[in-house]
Formats: sequence, structure tokens, C-alpha cells
Amino acid sequence: MAKFLSLESAIAANVHDGDVVALEGFTHLIPFAAGHEIIRQRRRDLTLVRLTPDLICDQLIGAGCARKLIFSWGGNPGVGSLHRFRDAIEHDWPHALDLDEHTHAGLANRFVAGAAGLPFAVLRAYAGTDVRAHSSTIANVTCPFTGEVLAAVAALRPDVTVIHAQQADRAGNVRFWGITGVQKESVLAASRSIVTVEEIVGDFSDDRNAVVLPSWTVTAIAHVPGGCYPSYAAGYSERDNDYYEAWDDLSRDRAVFEDWLEHEVYERGSVR
Amino acid sequence: MSVFSTDEIMTIAASRELTGARSCFVGIGLPSIAANLARSLHAPGLVLVYESGTIGAKPTRLPLSIGDGELARTADLVVSVPEIFNYWLQPGRIDVGMLGAAQVDRFANLNTTVIGSYDRPKVRLPGAGGAPEIATACPRVIIVMRQSKRTFVNDLDFRTTVGFGDGAGARSRLGMPGAGPRVMISDLGIFRPDPDTLEMTLTSLHPGVNVVDVRDATGWDLRVSGELVETLEPTDEELELLRRLHAGSSAKATT
Repeated sequence: MAKFLSLESAIAANVHDGDVVALEGFTHLIPFAAGHEIIRQRRRDLTLVRLTPDLICDQLIGAGCARKLIFSWGGNPGVGSLHRFRDAIEHDWPHALDLDEHTHAGLANRFVAGAAGLPFAVLRAYAGTDVRAHSSTIANVTCPFTGEVLAAVAALRPDVTVIHAQQADRAGNVRFWGITGVQKESVLAASRSIVTVEEIVGDFSDDRNAVVLPSWTVTAIAHVPGGCYPSYAAGYSERDNDYYEAWDDLSRDRAVFEDWLEHEVYERGSVR
Repeated sequence: MSVFSTDEIMTIAASRELTGARSCFVGIGLPSIAANLARSLHAPGLVLVYESGTIGAKPTRLPLSIGDGELARTADLVVSVPEIFNYWLQPGRIDVGMLGAAQVDRFANLNTTVIGSYDRPKVRLPGAGGAPEIATACPRVIIVMRQSKRTFVNDLDFRTTVGFGDGAGARSRLGMPGAGPRVMISDLGIFRPDPDTLEMTLTSLHPGVNVVDVRDATGWDLRVSGELVETLEPTDEELELLRRLHAGSSAKATT
């Protein structure tokens, strides 16, 4: 059953050095507060997993938390580059970053296989691309019924998946809606999960057709209103597009980024 | 005659290519602008599909990201990421895919991954996203990108997305069901695949552009159609709607 914890305790208990950590949320519901807590607790050698690394992985990579990144599209949506991600790949700053890169469909299906308890998933993809040659988690598989050659992608089972949701109820069930990305699959594929939520409500009897993760599939819940800023939570907040545009300048220079890290993450202290 | 920019005629020419289409899988940036213009003019019922799982989005202003709240609020339905790719894109349910890229070659293969070598790139680009499967599964693909010797190259630094692979027959050998890129629109002209070789061939020049300009901005020995025409100038209505879309947007039209 899910435990209600402070964000500080939830991260301390569930995210360890060297872990494979998925942080999901497709533009919407990105768990920024949890990402900042991982930075504050100075976790190292993480393998980060995220379809769209976004600002959250840019921050974790720049802070030196990541050794490897498994991803499918690493940009600042509608704005341009992720400068900390680029600096790590182009110049090994703050240190080298290994990559395992996929397409969105391929990485989403790796989570699907993980959630389904299967060793791989099948899709029609990667043929003739250089993406295939650079990943060890893509192979060919022949359909036993038709003979069609398709792509197999290895199941992905994170040590821990971190997401942000609109609501938990008092029994520790979690509910989210709007753009729901790959959060359900990434939680069900993982050994442990941490969910930060906007609000804790009585129960979900008004709507059980949103995505609901029952309490017994979630490890820890932390009540963190606004925990997805500058992303957004439908029904609670709007995406701060200006922040995404400002990040382009802020993250370009190492010293300016380190100053941001000092003031906006380390000095802020944990959410208790 | 109206005064228009090269970006404007590119976007307008791309939006005209959606005339008659039922649905379009839309990448962010130039494709999103063209698709939204088409929905307000050339293809009023056009179903816009974004990889965030928003199907039938009807944004009134251009979204900055593929997951803006506006897209979800105005969509006919919103599905998960595994579902958008597995149930909607992969079976060929979406008519047209519209893509941009950093580099393209003569067979309309695209690079959005690196400039330079993969292990030590000069410029690390975002990567694949949804483009490879869009180019695999959509019955028709439209490519929109600005043209120069740096973007229209003889050899891609990395093949992220297959257009026509190594030429005629490659798509079927690779098991790709869609027909591939039907048209490529740049800020200089319009290119269509040669019926026999599938090499992208200049078929239309934008007003004020000549063949030498296009050759100078192409990294391979460009083929020019024997029936070369001039792209129709933007109408006042097209320009006005495009400018209104930009005015109501926080999106930079740079990617």
C-alpha cells in the first residue's frame, strides 16, 4: 500500500545512487519538484529514463546526477536545444553521459513490455535507420504467423518511477487525467514508484475512468501542490511557456546554470 | 501583388498540400503552423493529431509545445502515448504526416540526431521523437524545411528517419507500408519524387527564385523537372490568416 511521506523522505527511501530512475509526464504533469529533491540529495550515477528529457533532465544532468540517459527526444519543446544535455554529450560536462536512444514509439513500448511482464515488445519501426545500430535494446523479430520482420525492443523495468498526478484519495489511490503520456506503464513497469500530487481528496467515486493507479501499485505519495511547475496540471495550473523560453538563456552558460542551481535548488531546501 | 517572406510562402505552400486530407500527424514548429493554417483554410475538417495523444485538436492559437493544454482542451479525444503510436499511427489511420528536419538527402531521408559523428557530435540535436514511425506508417508524408547547403546535403550525418532509403524499392524491402514523402517544400521551391528513381526533383520555384539559386542551396547534383512551374503567390486571405495565427502565439517559428 502507498505510504504518505514528505517528498524528502520519499526520495531518500526510494532513489539510490546507481538506480534506473524514470521521470515521466509528457509535457503535462512533469515531476519537477521531485527532480529538484533528487538534485538536493546529491544522488549520483543514475540512469535517467524519459521519453522527452525536457528541462527536468537538463537540470539533473547539469547537476551531475546522471551517468546514462535513455530517451527518445531531447529538446526544449518549441524553443530549441537543451543546453546542459548538449554540453554533457558534446563536451563531457560535468562528466560523460552514456545514451540509449529510441523513437517515442520504441521507448513507450519498452515500458509497455515492462508493465506487461514480457521480455520485449513488437512494433513496426527502426528499419533502415541509424538509430537501430546505436542501441543494444533493439533487434529484429520474425512474426511466426506471417513471416513479417518487425522490431523488438527490450522491456524496461526501472528501479523507481517518479510521476506527478492531480489527485490521491485518502486510501492512497492516485488519479490523473488530460495528457496522460506513458505514466501508467512506467509505474507498473517499475519496482518502486513515487507520486507527487496536487491535492488529496476523499475518494474517486465521481470518476473512475481517468487513469487510476490503485494504492497497492504505488510505493510513496507526497502532497506537493505545484510540484510540476513550470509544466502544468490540467484543472490546477497552466504551463509557464515563458519559463521554458527563459531557460534557453539561463542554461546556456555553465556559471549561470550553477548559480541557478545554488539559489533555486540547494538553498531552497526540501519540501517537508 | 502582396509582399511576403520566404518563410510565409513555404508555410502556405505546405498548407495547400493538405487540401483534401482527412487527418494529419503534426510535428511542432513549421509543420504545426502549416497544418493549423490548412485547418483554417484549405482543409476545414482536418483532424490534427499530435504525439501527445491529442486527436482532433482545434487550437485557436499556435501551441508552443505538442502538449500544450489548449490541444487537450480542444481535442475530440486524448489518449496515452503507447495508444497514439500503437493504435492510431502504426495501422495507417492518419492520412498525412508532416515533418521537419535539420538535414535531408536526395531520397528524402532525414537527420534530426547529430551534426558530426554520433559519439562526439559537433551539434547534438533532439533525436528521433515520433518522426521515424510517422514516415513509416502514414500513407503520405510532407516535409517542410528551410533550404541551404547545410540542410540539403549529399550525405546525412545520421539517418534518423527513412524517406526513400537508397531509392526505388527500398521502402518495400524495409517493410514500410506508407508510400513515403510525396512532396518536400522549402523556402525556395517544391520538390517531388521522380516516378522512377524516387529522387527528389525540383518541380516548382517560388516567385522570384531561379534554378541557380536552388542549385546553389543544394548539396547534391539537383535534378530539375522538365515541367517546372512557378508556385502560386500567396493570396491575401492566406497571408492574413497566417499572420493572425502568428500574432496569437507565443511560439517561435524557428524549429
